[in-house]
This record gives sequence, structure tokens and C-alpha cells, in this order.
Amino acid sequence: MPEPESTTLLSVRNLKIEATSYPPGEPPKTVTLVENVSFDLEKGKVLGLIGESGAGKSTIGLSALAYGRGGASITGGQVLLDGVDILTLGRNGIRTIRGCKVCYVAQSAAAAFNPAHRLGEQVIEASLRHGIMTREEATKRALYLFTVLGLPSPETFGERYPHQVSGGQLQRAMTAMALCPNPELIVFDEPTTALDVTTQIDVLAAIKHAIEETNTAALYITHDLAVVAQISDDIMVLRHGKTVEYGTTQQIIEAPNEDYTRALVNVRQTKRQEAVDQSDTLLKVDNVSAGYGNGFKVLDNVSLHLPKGQTLAIVGESGSGKSTLARVITGLLPPSEGTIRFEGKELPKALKARTKDELRRVQMIYQMADTAMNPRQTVRDIIGRPLSFYFGLRGAQKTERIKELLDQIEMGAPFLDRYPAELSGGQKQRVAIARALAAKPELILCDEPTSALDPLVAEGILNLLLKLQEETAVSYVFITHDIAIVRAIADSVAVMHRGRLVRFGPKSNVLSPPFDDYTDLLLKSVPEMKIGWLESVLTTRRMASAGN
Amino acid sequence: MAALGPDTGPAQATAATAGGESLPQSVAVSGTEPPAMATGPVTGSVWRRFSLRRPLAALILQRLGLSVGLLFAVSLMIFGGVEALPGDFATTYLGQSATPQAVENIRKDLGLDRPMTERYVSWLGGAVQGDFGTSWASRNSVSEQIGKRLGNSLFLAFFAAIISVPLAVALGMLAVQYRNRLPDKIINVVSLAAISLPEFFVGYLLILFFAVQLGVATFPSTVYDSMGFGERLSAIALPVATLVLVVLAHMMRMTRAAILNVMASAYVETAELKGLSAFRIIARHAAPNAVAPVINVIALNLAYLVVGVVVVEVVFVYPGMGQYMVDAVTVRDMPVVQACGLIFAAFYIFLNMAADLLAIIANPRLRHPR
Repeated sequence: MPEPESTTLLSVRNLKIEATSYPPGEPPKTVTLVENVSFDLEKGKVLGLIGESGAGKSTIGLSALAYGRGGASITGGQVLLDGVDILTLGRNGIRTIRGCKVCYVAQSAAAAFNPAHRLGEQVIEASLRHGIMTREEATKRALYLFTVLGLPSPETFGERYPHQVSGGQLQRAMTAMALCPNPELIVFDEPTTALDVTTQIDVLAAIKHAIEETNTAALYITHDLAVVAQISDDIMVLRHGKTVEYGTTQQIIEAPNEDYTRALVNVRQTKRQEAVDQSDTLLKVDNVSAGYGNGFKVLDNVSLHLPKGQTLAIVGESGSGKSTLARVITGLLPPSEGTIRFEGKELPKALKARTKDELRRVQMIYQMADTAMNPRQTVRDIIGRPLSFYFGLRGAQKTERIKELLDQIEMGAPFLDRYPAELSGGQKQRVAIARALAAKPELILCDEPTSALDPLVAEGILNLLLKLQEETAVSYVFITHDIAIVRAIADSVAVMHRGRLVRFGPKSNVLSPPFDDYTDLLLKSVPEMKIGWLESVLTTRRMASAGN
Repeated sequence: MAALGPDTGPAQATAATAGGESLPQSVAVSGTEPPAMATGPVTGSVWRRFSLRRPLAALILQRLGLSVGLLFAVSLMIFGGVEALPGDFATTYLGQSATPQAVENIRKDLGLDRPMTERYVSWLGGAVQGDFGTSWASRNSVSEQIGKRLGNSLFLAFFAAIISVPLAVALGMLAVQYRNRLPDKIINVVSLAAISLPEFFVGYLLILFFAVQLGVATFPSTVYDSMGFGERLSAIALPVATLVLVVLAHMMRMTRAAILNVMASAYVETAELKGLSAFRIIARHAAPNAVAPVINVIALNLAYLVVGVVVVEVVFVYPGMGQYMVDAVTVRDMPVVQACGLIFAAFYIFLNMAADLLAIIANPRLRHPR
């Protein structure tokens, strides 16, 4: 893409980034994180960097600040900002760039704000320390930015501490912090990934509005192609630290050249017809309420049911009580009111009161497979434990069954003696599934099992779950915040909001109009792989509110 | 956000008083104490509403109540423990001439024939008003003697503290700024050496160099009533130096570890990406979040400076509390032992409570509830 030299703000040439890793028991070795990446960014434009985890997108983003995270160091190439190679500036020189000409917005604003200081102080800190503006000017600019970003009561917002505002507000405050010193370039590192869809759309719109308003250039890093399509002018697709494809947003979305890009564009195309017969009930939850001891009801009078061999998807934002419902069903959290029936028979409320067989029939898969496994046990131990606990298997018999399960999850015997640390994210989740299957359960509760995974890996896990359902007729309660997953796998759907059941029924009913307000908002907030989707949603909203 | 409540383990809906215990870093000493102790007659629901509305005040009240209760329990243990000690003042005092009749007389003189509970109540009643009775050995008022000794001990501890605490924190921050480089290594090695040598050895070394060979310091460090302030200062120079060397390393290393721990957090990265200077990152962004663990270690060391310095006092012939108590133990002078024990315990509890309170106040989540 040849552009006149004068408008190019950032020019990255043949970037190479390496890190030293220390595998246990082996000599340290150098790993290449990013290799031979080049791109140009014009003033006021947005470039989207997209790829799965490990693709090197954050590492490339941080190179615009000449920063290597966790031992990564830039070992080759140039990063030209206004024609100056910032890699050659040295310790003190680079400080005049960071927080001044280039700013950074982190993925988790909740972690990136210092809990000990007020938001306002943190927002204006860089402007003051670099001597860009006086305290009054900076405070005034912060107020302006809080207003542009749509934060509530912008006059007093800066007086609050990070723990006093919501996640979406923090993410917008972080954007304000990056915009405050009037930088030429902002690096957005997955700024909406940790947010609920309904919040994501607001933050996305606020960010887009603010960078247009201030004419700032941006690198926008994300793993969600649908999100980046809304905000960027150009897109670079990365994989394993190398460029896969680099072009305009329109070309990447509508006419991708590479297979990998096509796979990203077409992800989540899995569709499943819902079961017609939904009468043979396995699980029945009646009027269940539950809370955590401080009088606040996290679940308020929830009733639903699930037929045998089918999938019930529970959708809702964080705090809607969907994970609590799973805890109630397993017995980890005894409900304060209501009953849970399994094949018509009432289950004891508390975990301790249930028999071994009742425990066996309900298994669980967690969001973070990492933390749900003992890092010091091999795959053999992890899968073998339920086999000896529920069925008393041992020796060759047990090994045989473990191998069978490994085959079922499409991994196989070579993985028997691996430790979780030696598995990829998707493989860990597969082992977790095998552990649940080992108990021969009738119901598996899946608590966001794919939300920590990259889209293509997640799709593999979903297909595996569907395949296992066909083979073993197991039922799933699938907790998720992702409507696309619901469309892909569910037979019936429950929409939850603030502890209440908003909508429940067969998928075709729940996901088709007429909608209640909340379901409508939820469905309309899911980004679509379409340029201009954000604008059209915002326009509809404005028209709707004007019409009222 | 994840503000729905504790999600570890099944929550018990029964305990009415477990209201405001949702802070991660407040308590280091006693994990699961019954908070009911602090509240006394206050009923569950009133206390709970109060602790939800004013979490900070509720926690402070709780700590204060807990300290008082703890002090009471300690007084029981000291009294009981001293009673259970083998040996007897009368036999020690009389030595060879301890006829059963003479022993009996002395016991009666000292009121040891009264029942234990009665003696405990009258002792505690006196102690609350600052009267610890009379010493069996010297027949003087214990409070009067202790007052002077305690003054000396506090004088020593105070100067050791105002030198060692800022020095330890500053060195800790310096070590972080130059971590794994030469200054960090020098600070580490020197402080480790200081902590590894026994305090009497450090003391004698200092005496050897500064008092004997160079002749710039005074030894022994005994202070008298007639001494002026300047004279006192020069007298305590060596014991203060010894104490500083002994307590410095512990606090310094804790400061370093706590700040390094915080340095790995995302908000320090944010500060770095704002282009702030290394010193500002450590002092403004890391240090405030490392306060809680550091304060606890400082409190323990301060308590040591008051309570645990008997060896240093003996080496430097310094008339402090520790020496007084050890002397009293050897002659089984129970009122003195009990009084010293109780005062030491009070200091220990008070300093730890102060550390707890400071750590609680340093937590913005409690200072500014949602």
C-alpha cells in the first residue's frame, strides 16, 4: 500500500521479537514470538491486528511502545514513529514516547488501574508528568473525555476509586486515560474482550466515537474478527507470529485470500436443529431461589427443565446467576427454596446428603480447565480418579478405559502420561471433558467451557460435545454468554437476567420474535461479521429512543 | 462485575455476625476469630447493618474489642503460668534457713494463703488502675520501678525504630529499583550477614571497634537519672546500632518482596507504559499496595525492640525492662514477673492491632465502600 510519506505515522519494518524460555530440566532456549512483520499506519487511521492467542498480536502492539512483556525483547527490525526509530532511543528516550505520543489500553482495565488511587488522578497523571498540560488543563480535558465516552456524572467520576465503578466504565476510563495526553497513536489490546456483549457494544461505540473525535490513530488488537470489522480501516491477520494476510477491512471480510482467514470469517457456522420431542424430562428445577448468606437473592424463583439426551443453554451476562444455578444443581450451594428433581426423584439439596450414585450422574466442566486440574497429576491420574472412585476400576482395566476415553476425545494414548502444563488450552478442556465422561454421567453441566478458547479451538470443542452427545445420549446444561454458541448447539434456551428467568423454551421460540426487551437487547448486541453493523445498530437505537 | 459475594465453599446462611468479612488482606495474625467478641450486647442484625454501612468503623471496633479480649486472656495465662511455676519465693528467699514455719510465715505475709481466684481478681483490679503491687524482693512499688525501666526501654526502642524503619523501607525500595544488579546484591548480602550473626556477637563487635579500638563510643551504656539528653544519646549509640542491624534485614527483605510482588501486577505495567520514572513507579504505584504486609513485619519488629531486647540490654549493661524481668525470674519475685509479662503482652497486642488497623485503613475498598 503505497502512501505519501508525510501522512504515515507508524511504520513497522521486518519486526522480530524473541523471548528466552526456561523449560524445566533443559538449557534455556530462545523462542521467536514474532517474525518478519511489517505494516504502515497513517495518521488518524485504525489498523486491526487479529489472531488467536500466541499469534503475537499483543507483542506487536506493545512494540509500538518499545516494550517487551515478560522477558520478550525486540531483536530485529525497525519501529518508525514519525520517521524516528523508537527502538534506538534508550531507557530515558523511550519515556518521552510512552504515555505522551503513544498510549496503551489494556485488556483488563480492572487490573490495569491502580486500586490505591482515584481514577481522575490516574487519568491525568501522564499528561502532568510529561509536562504536556497544567493540572487545570488536564482536569478539563479529562472531564471532556469522560463526557465524550459517555461516563455517568463526568464531573465527579474522577473522584472515584477503581473498585467503585463497573467493568464497562473502567474500560472507558482507561480509554480516557490513553486519550488524555493527546497522543498520536493508541494501542488497544482487546479492550472489550472481558466485557458482556451488551456492555461491549457501548464501549466499542464510545471508543470509535472518541478516536474519530480526536483524530487519533490506533492499533486495535482482538481475536474477534466481527469486532475489529466495526472499527478498523485495515486488518492484519496473524498466526504463530507471522503475517497471514494484510489488507483493507472490506477485502479481508468479504474476499479473504487465505484459508486461515476464511476459517476465521466462517467460524461459528455450526448449526443444529433442535429436537422435536422435548417431553422425556431428565432434570427439573422448580421455583429455586438461592443466595450467599447476605440476604441478597442471586437466584430468584427459577424453574426450568431439560429432556433426556438434549441440551439446555443458559444465557446471560456476568452476575445474572447462571453459574450459581449450576452450583445449585450440583449441590455445591444448597438452594434456600425450591426443589431439583432428577428423573422425577427429588435430589437432596446439599452435596453431602447425596449418594455416590446421585453424584456420579451429574458432572461438571469448568471455564478454566487450567485451574480445574491438579497441575501435578498426569492425564492418567486426572481421568483415572473418577474411574476408581465410582467404579472401583484398577490396573490394566483402568488403563484400558482411560485409553478408550482418550480416543473418544480425539486425543489418544500418547497423552496418557502428560502433565496439564504440557497440553494446549483446547487439549486441557478435552481432558476435562473426558474426566466428566469417565463417570458415565447422565447430565454434564458445562460452565462456559469454550469462552477462554480461541474461536477455531472452541468450535472443535463444541463439535466434540455434540458428537459425544450422539454417542452416549448425555444431556448438557450449557452455560454461556455467547448467542452464537446457543444457536449452534441448544435444543432449549433459558435467558437469565439479574437472577431471574426472563425467557425459557425451545430454541426456535426463544430466539425468534416477539422478544422481551432484555432478550432483544442481548441478541442485537452480538457483533456480526459485517462492515457497518455497529453504525446500523446505533442508528436503530437512536431512532427507537427518538420514537419514544 | 464479580461483586456477588464469596464464591468459595458453600456459604453458611446461619452466622448473623459474619457480615463485613470480605476483605482479602486485612488479617495476618488471627484468621477466623469470632467477631462476636467485639460486639458484646449488640444484636446480630443491628451489627450486621452497621458493618454493611460502615465497614471501616465496624472492622476497627472489632479489632479494638478483640485486643481487649485478648489482653484479658493473656492476663489469665500469665497469672496461671506464674502460679504453676515450680519453686517458691519463700524457699528461695530463705535459702538454707527455710524451716516449714518460716516458709509458712512468709507465705502468710505475702497473702499466698488466700485462694487463687481471689488473688487474681485483686491483682487484675490493681493492674487495671496501674498498680501492680509491691515487689517481694525489694518491698518497693512495682509500678514505680517499672515506670523508670520501661522509660529506658522505650527510649532505646524509639531511637532504634526511627532509624531502622525508614532505613529498611528505603533500602527495600532501592533494592527493588536495582533488582538483581549490584546495589541490590550488596544490600542483600550485608543485611543477611547482619541477621545471621547473633545479636550479642554484633554487640561485642561494635564494642570492640567503636569503644575499645577507636574510642568514639561510650561503654557501658548504663544511663542514670542525672544524665542529660545528649549524654543519654551518646550512651545508647552502640545498643541502638546493634538493634538496628538486627531488625533491619527482616523489614528490608519484606519490603523488597512485597513491592516486587506488586511490581508484577498489570497496573505497574500501565505506569511503565505511561513513561513514568522508575522511582515514581515504585514509590507511588507499587508501595501503597505493598503496605499491608510491610506494616505487619514492622509491627513485629517494633514489638521485638520493646520486648525481646534482653540480650542486648545485658551485653551493654543497659537498665531496661528485659533485664529487670530476668532478674525477677531468678529470685521468683512474682509481682514483678507478672507485671512485666502483662506489659510486654500489652505492647505486643497493641502494636499488632495498630498494624492491623493501618492495613485496614490502607485498603481503599474499605475506606471508600461502593
